[in-house]
Amino acid sequence: MRRKKDRPRKTASEKPSLTRRDFLKGAGVTVSGGLLGKSIVADAAQPESKNEIVGPGAVPVTLRVNGKVHKLNIEPRVTLLDALRDRLDITGSKKVCDRATCGACTMLMDRKPVYGCTVLAIEAEGHEITTIEGLAADDKLTPVMAAFVNHDAQQCGFCTPGFVMACTAFLERNPNPSLEDIEKGLGGNLCRCGTYWGVRHAVLQAAREMKGGSHGNV
Amino acid sequence: MEAFEYASPHTTESALKLLGGRWGETEILAGGTDLISAMKDRVTTPKRVVNLKKIKGLKRIEYSAHSGLRMGALVTIQDLLDNKVAREHYPALAQAADGIRGEQMRHMGTVGGELLQRPRCWYFRNGYGLLAQYQGKSLVPDGQNRYHAILGNSGPAYFVNASSLAPILIALGGKARLHGPEGEREVELRKFYTTPMKEEDREYVLKPNEILTEILVPPDKGGKMAVYEVREKTALDWPLVAASVVLHLSGGTVRSARVVLGHVAPVPWPVPEAGQALEGKAVTEEIADQAGKAAVSKATPLSQNGYKVRLAHIAVKRAILSAVKGEA
Repeated sequence: MRRKKDRPRKTASEKPSLTRRDFLKGAGVTVSGGLLGKSIVADAAQPESKNEIVGPGAVPVTLRVNGKVHKLNIEPRVTLLDALRDRLDITGSKKVCDRATCGACTMLMDRKPVYGCTVLAIEAEGHEITTIEGLAADDKLTPVMAAFVNHDAQQCGFCTPGFVMACTAFLERNPNPSLEDIEKGLGGNLCRCGTYWGVRHAVLQAAREMKGGSHGNV
Repeated sequence: MEAFEYASPHTTESALKLLGGRWGETEILAGGTDLISAMKDRVTTPKRVVNLKKIKGLKRIEYSAHSGLRMGALVTIQDLLDNKVAREHYPALAQAADGIRGEQMRHMGTVGGELLQRPRCWYFRNGYGLLAQYQGKSLVPDGQNRYHAILGNSGPAYFVNASSLAPILIALGGKARLHGPEGEREVELRKFYTTPMKEEDREYVLKPNEILTEILVPPDKGGKMAVYEVREKTALDWPLVAASVVLHLSGGTVRSARVVLGHVAPVPWPVPEAGQALEGKAVTEEIADQAGKAAVSKATPLSQNGYKVRLAHIAVKRAILSAVKGEA
């Protein structure tokens, strides 16, 4: 279940220790299901069937992520990003602003780019979620990923998974983009290192390659 | 985020049964791009969230020459941009939608949510309420007010309406269709927004137990239209000022003109003065400039936002010239 390759390799002298993430996972509080089915809204009319309302306690949610089905028990307030990162250990999508602004959490929902921090996990039920982990088949780089490497389109790398997802979705809709289209289309992602020049040219290169053009630098 | 109950009904009728009679107790979830962040910041702490996205009927977008454009409240900004018929008949509406970036926002954000988004006022977003008050006094006039209102700002509200689509929809004579427990009603969008006088008020006439279900726009009838936005950033931000213009010309002179400003007042701000400056005249750069000047003639800027008066003046001028040239 846990993918070893995502973790830093331990040196011989290093003691096996609890990672920060393991600690956070272990410390998760189990919420009592006692409130389930009982409305906490005082003066709202009651629905015909109580089954319509779930929460505020944990409820079963099934997510389909990168082609794999995951069954979770989470509160309705848990975002898709938090569900993936904290419960499923799918940590490629990053949590930065957590306010639908920076784009570091960009993932695809039914192939459309969304901010995972601003979708509730429960809303994502029944949709196909794709994260950076699910993009490349057989560990081979996609044209967008390869172009990011070629153009040095990252420095610290924290925005990169979100950018790669946004670029991938953008190219699907705009196979022949101009630099101006790219600038507009990628307006939903921020890079604090300022690698925008590299990103734009990476997208141009990926566009050429995806149309069957030759490999190589601009 | 505080915990909440969640429901995802399949019809508008069952959604209505889940809403409460007081603001803040229940929240309606559409694209979530405003609501989820507002809940994280405790700007709103609903006990119940009602997701509308499973209601299929609210995602339609249709046009007929007879009745004009009908957009379900759940039509996304991207759906609107992708709709060729809407673009062709209401190019300025597409222009306004194109100002909303990036792609994540466009795929998630809905037309209904765009119209109902809460103000961006930083006092509001940081817990001082819609009227930005501390110890009974507004923090805005003596505070950080460079993005606040320059019109309709005699108090107690100083924020600006944040919608990009509302001004052009008002200029086009659009209406909102609202569903409530007693049935449906239609409200002209120019009467839909109101300036709150008390902290418990909202920025629109929608009631807490009502749902905005559709936007109706009358047929365009050969109108020339444009939106001109002045921005600090091309993405991830709201315009500083925007002007929406719809003109009807006959024989080179303006027969009627509707000019509506955005981001200058607590409501989208129609400026009939600008229309009057145009009517009966052929549009020249000078006439457009006069209309821009007329549009801001009643402006009362705060301590830091005098620059917005000039921006609004020029935005109106450029929107008029762009409309006449058919640039939208």
